[in-house]
Amino acid sequence: MPSLKAYIATRVLLVIPTVFILLTIVFFILRIIPGNPIMAMVGQKVPEEVLQKLMHEAGLDKPAYIQYIDYLHGILTGNLGKSMIWGRRPVIDEIMDHFPATLELTIFGFVLSVLIGVLTGSIAAFRKGSKLDSSMRIYSIVAYTLFIPWFGMLLQMFFGVYLRALPIGGRITPGFAPKTITGLYVLDSILTLNPTSMLDALSHLLLPSLTLGIVLSGAYTRLLRNNLIDVLSQDFIVAYRARGVRERKVIFHAMKNAFIPVVTLMGLQFAILLAGAVLTETTFSWPGMGTFLIERIVYRDYTSVQGAIVFYALFVALISLIVDIIYALLDPRIRY
Amino acid sequence: MEVKNIATTIFSFIPKTEGRYMVLTGLAIVITVCLMAVFAPLVAPYDPIKSTGKILQPPNSAHLMGTDNLGRDVLSRIIFGSRVVLAVVISAAIISMSIGVPLGLTSGYFGGKLDRALSMLMDSMYAFPGLILAIAIAAVLGPSVVNAVVAISVVYIPTYFRMIRGQTLSIKSLLFVEAARAMGASDWRIMRKYILPNLIPTLVVVFSLSVADAILTEAGLSFLGFIVSAPTPDWGFELASGRPYLPAGYWWMITFPGLMVMILSLGFALIGEGMSEIYAPRREK
Repeated sequence: MPSLKAYIATRVLLVIPTVFILLTIVFFILRIIPGNPIMAMVGQKVPEEVLQKLMHEAGLDKPAYIQYIDYLHGILTGNLGKSMIWGRRPVIDEIMDHFPATLELTIFGFVLSVLIGVLTGSIAAFRKGSKLDSSMRIYSIVAYTLFIPWFGMLLQMFFGVYLRALPIGGRITPGFAPKTITGLYVLDSILTLNPTSMLDALSHLLLPSLTLGIVLSGAYTRLLRNNLIDVLSQDFIVAYRARGVRERKVIFHAMKNAFIPVVTLMGLQFAILLAGAVLTETTFSWPGMGTFLIERIVYRDYTSVQGAIVFYALFVALISLIVDIIYALLDPRIRY
Repeated sequence: MEVKNIATTIFSFIPKTEGRYMVLTGLAIVITVCLMAVFAPLVAPYDPIKSTGKILQPPNSAHLMGTDNLGRDVLSRIIFGSRVVLAVVISAAIISMSIGVPLGLTSGYFGGKLDRALSMLMDSMYAFPGLILAIAIAAVLGPSVVNAVVAISVVYIPTYFRMIRGQTLSIKSLLFVEAARAMGASDWRIMRKYILPNLIPTLVVVFSLSVADAILTEAGLSFLGFIVSAPTPDWGFELASGRPYLPAGYWWMITFPGLMVMILSLGFALIGEGMSEIYAPRREK
């Protein structure tokens, strides 16, 4: 007897090999690829004893298999090592400082991409064959090929420099930050009933999340259009209409059915969302994981770079698990 | 002879379907940019790395796209910049294809444990955000054009692998493959003579779409400073150089290079989308 519980349990168990493979890939890339990562990152001009010291600190003077065991052990116990620069804080603390900013940006970007995609996709489907439909099709391809820093800067230029309506960078005006509860400024300012902070946070969020949202919306536009056209021609819709069911209800049922594959796409889009966030953050000086990663690469902080990449890997695995479970909840055919 | 075969197939199919406009527009864009890259010294009005005018001039008759913060001609830098992006993206695509296609073909054809292991590995890589994977590789290897090629080719191996493996699985169960096997054809011969030719339409589509994506990845890496350093022109890098001048309203330094990234990526995307409409192979992405 197939059951939802069995499916979820199997899916959760399958995360283990996926995470294991991802972590191994990260380890392989960061260490085994030609020789010495510290040397590659720090450059050739460092004195030998400094190099030895840095390698010792990162545990890179041990044999590769011991490094690998240390590395996995560290991740399992939530210990990603210490940053190699400035305050030498634990990498996990640094990541936790930056992660909420990325989470907030990606949530807003994601919601906008789905909203824009569903809107444009359903307009195209209901006007199938019209000029509007063709322009939505062109939109879906063009949106995907927009170069994020470029599109972001155009928005900055128009809304920030020309209209002076919105800030062109940063996450909040200094002094306006709400009391930290979750680290998500919009949520925190709602929780602390602080409307000024919320408006300020939202005004900073608007352009970066719109950049991400539009670039990612194209795939939804196309998928929803094609699904909706399929569903609208199916017998049950014809039957509804024949029985005189109200059009609004017909559309509701059609949308519900057309939406299931969209959830799968959300899972696939998530990786693109995170990659896009790196560029969006750099463009908008957004203090998130992407900015952190790039900054630490520039400062040659090897442990932080590794920590950030590992964190991305774990996050991706977690999200794909959540998406699969949502998918199973929506589609009763998916059971083990 | 194989190339000629592909070309004749493409052109014989183009007139019949509505995807043809997309393919032709895409081809026009891609060919124009390629010609621009090859003949850059002839086409470019100025030396791209020398100061040839006043600094930060808006577009005018002497400098059609204006000048940058060092008085260099933006148009000339864009024309020469097409060389880096095309070289990186095309070489990366050739490398990922020559690793991803044989792996996907043999893995899908023979199946078994190796297939399961490879598929899991490729699926995990595929799930990881491409640009971040490329950043990680480029960070370890250090910024350079060659390293960017390595980083980008690793990112797109799973795309080829997954698509080719999937197609191989469905083709190998078809009757003509069974017939070849019954006539005593070896596995190697079946893969080469019976399966591979049928993969070509898929391959054309995957190639175009992944190059369209790789252009954005290359521009992203370049924007973040992982490919070229000053004074070499590269589109993504131009955006990073122009960024500090944006708040003052010098729009031309970033607008034109970014537009080129989009146009070139769009060119390949149109070829891919048009071709997939023509051949209608199953697509995952």
